Amino acid sequence: METTFTPFTSFGGGLAIGLGAVLLMLGLGRVFGATGILSGAVFVESRDDLSWRLALIVGMVLAPGLIFVIIGSMPELNVPISPVMIVVGGVIVGLGASLGSGCTSGHGVCGLSRLSVRSLVAVPTFMATAAITVFLIRHVFGG
Amino acid sequence: MKLVFALITGLVFGTGIAVSGMMDPAKVLNFFDIAGTWDPSLAFVMGGALVVTFFGYRFAFKRSAPLFGGRFQVSSSTDIDLKLVGGSALFGIGWGIAGFCPGAAIPALGTGRWEVALFLVAVVAGFFLRRLVAPIRPAQAAR
Repeated sequence: METTFTPFTSFGGGLAIGLGAVLLMLGLGRVFGATGILSGAVFVESRDDLSWRLALIVGMVLAPGLIFVIIGSMPELNVPISPVMIVVGGVIVGLGASLGSGCTSGHGVCGLSRLSVRSLVAVPTFMATAAITVFLIRHVFGG
Repeated sequence: MKLVFALITGLVFGTGIAVSGMMDPAKVLNFFDIAGTWDPSLAFVMGGALVVTFFGYRFAFKRSAPLFGGRFQVSSSTDIDLKLVGGSALFGIGWGIAGFCPGAAIPALGTGRWEVALFLVAVVAGFFLRRLVAPIRPAQAAR
């Protein structure tokens, strides 16, 4: 399905994502990597460590509600994938992002801005495999 | 106070994700579908986020420690190994299949859509799978 090109709202959203990442570093000294934050909330190290992770996650989950209060509708969310593929994709995302120590937020936003060599390798790698995967699913196997 | 700060930080990040279009798998998959219904919006998300983190991190690192104590915990590793490249490659494949990444799916949970919950359960299953594949040494936990 077609989606609308939204350079301005996407850029604006990106600014807020960056602000969230900077606040977490400034306040708690942590990288805003969703994979690491979630995995640290699953494999708990200490009660204190768990508490800030849960607070952060609760704040994230409240965001669509805030949008709803402000503009009267939920953010756009269309899932053109079958439940089986959601599960397959999810397991691969969880395995890959934890093996590679980061995902779009950790390596992409936080790592690139620090010019981390590992992130400079990781980001082009996952962007390329994602693009190849989408190409194969949509144009070779006919999605 | 630290937990309130973490909650607000999560809310800022999540609102950015919601506004940017990152939590819409249709839009994410179209970003990668250069040969089809291409929607380049998400490049603007990364651009906006990087502008803020690039300068914001430098501002934060001028302090000797984070606002709520402790130290800045950033990886200084420069190891380009199979785990990094293979894990990132896998992450991209999963992202290209499902259209969600962890940083988008956590805030998207707040829309109440079951597909998001299904994806996140699968991601956590992937975390467990990762521990079976390659046991973790404390120094290399995910971001």
